[in-house]
Amino acid sequence: MFESLKRLYHKFGSPKYFYDITGRMLPWLVALSVLLLIPGLIYGLGFAPPEKYQGNSYRVIYIHVPAASIAMSGYMLMAVAGVVVLVWRMKMAEMVAKSVAPIGASFAFICLVTGSIWGKPTWGTWWVWDARLTSMLILLFLYLGVMALNAAIENAQSAARATAVLSIVGAVNLPIIKYSVEWWNTLHQPASIRMTSSAIDPEMLYTLLSCIAGFYCLFAVLVILSTRCEILLREQRSSWVKKLVGV
Amino acid sequence: MADPLVSQPVQAEEVPSMWSGMLAVMKRDLLIAFRQRSDMVNPLFFFIMVIALFPLGIGPEPSTLQKIGPGVIWIAALLSTLLSVDSLFRQDFDDGSLELALLSPQPLFVLAFGKVIAHWLVTAIPLILVAPILSIMLFMDGDTVKVTLYSLLLGTPVLSMISAIGAALTVGLRKGGVLVAVIALPLYIPVLIFGTSAVEAASMTLPYAGQLAYLAAFLIMALTFAPFAIGAALRISVTSQ
Repeated sequence: MFESLKRLYHKFGSPKYFYDITGRMLPWLVALSVLLLIPGLIYGLGFAPPEKYQGNSYRVIYIHVPAASIAMSGYMLMAVAGVVVLVWRMKMAEMVAKSVAPIGASFAFICLVTGSIWGKPTWGTWWVWDARLTSMLILLFLYLGVMALNAAIENAQSAARATAVLSIVGAVNLPIIKYSVEWWNTLHQPASIRMTSSAIDPEMLYTLLSCIAGFYCLFAVLVILSTRCEILLREQRSSWVKKLVGV
Repeated sequence: MADPLVSQPVQAEEVPSMWSGMLAVMKRDLLIAFRQRSDMVNPLFFFIMVIALFPLGIGPEPSTLQKIGPGVIWIAALLSTLLSVDSLFRQDFDDGSLELALLSPQPLFVLAFGKVIAHWLVTAIPLILVAPILSIMLFMDGDTVKVTLYSLLLGTPVLSMISAIGAALTVGLRKGGVLVAVIALPLYIPVLIFGTSAVEAASMTLPYAGQLAYLAAFLIMALTFAPFAIGAALRISVTSQ
């Protein structure tokens, strides 16, 4: 069991293997995300029952919540990839970490925009300096810092290692930032879905879960596509890439 | 006489301990700072000037200034740390001392830690000493002034450690200045929150020990973990040029 896991890890470290296996996974992931997202979003935005107090404006959660969740897990993914970069010097982890940053930042941005669109009818303002909003904004800043550092260093490998250090430092700080901001000011409602119980109607819940799963698949698709580009770019001198693009 | 072709056992030389290595780096940096005093004085002037700009920009009403005072002092401290930190590793990187530090028998993070402490002593201590005067100029009173002093004393080392990580990551780049700000500012936020709220609590005669305890906790955490991050970052910057 452990041996085969180790072998799989080493296989994934090879850009060629990663390229091949993700090429075979991509159609399935695309299909899965379409199957989950299209019905989930259509039902959520069009047919799910309106909320008791907020009416129809609550429907933005079908985009807002998945985006928030992905923005946070994206940063964690980047930090884990950073650990792999620093400890095992794995080339694939460098490329994955680099690809995740702009995509995660986009989801953080989507989360902020949809949140403020929802905030206007519900809270009466586009923006409040509330803990959750502020910590999502700071998460976006952290992403931007990582991206700026990555862009500033020319050598791809040292850029990856420097950003790895930064994303690990950021990941250590993220809970501290989150709790200190929460302590500072809170207006946002607490999380409605927990592992054991949920405060929302099952009809809405399943729609939401479908959207979350669908957006995660979409995130995976985007990361894989971007990583594959990065592989081709970095391995352009290797024979298999030359053969693939027919040079 | 010993045969020159046969390698002789090397006399085990006394390797200076980690502690003495750190002290030596600290002593050297302090000496350099005292020889070029402008590096020491400029962040202080910057701090004072930024604070002096706020009444000019916002208006001289004591009630307003009293209200924004803690935030103004903290943000000025944060910016002046950020400005001064760019020079922390730059000279050593340019003249090759950092490479020597990398090759020395003492671990890099210990030497880097010594440099950060020296930097904090040189740039932050004057700032902390002036802060009470400035806080009186912003119409803060008695207890508030004292708490400003405490919170800066606990908070500025954390700021120095965090910005040293940024400086270490960008030392090999020609245009590091703005990048350090983009990297380090989001990480300052917890310190800013607890620093200002300690002072605010004191100004409303509320208990402020909790906020100071949080700052102390951040300080301990930064002292424990940040040197490793600084060391790793320096190693990447030096080896990848």
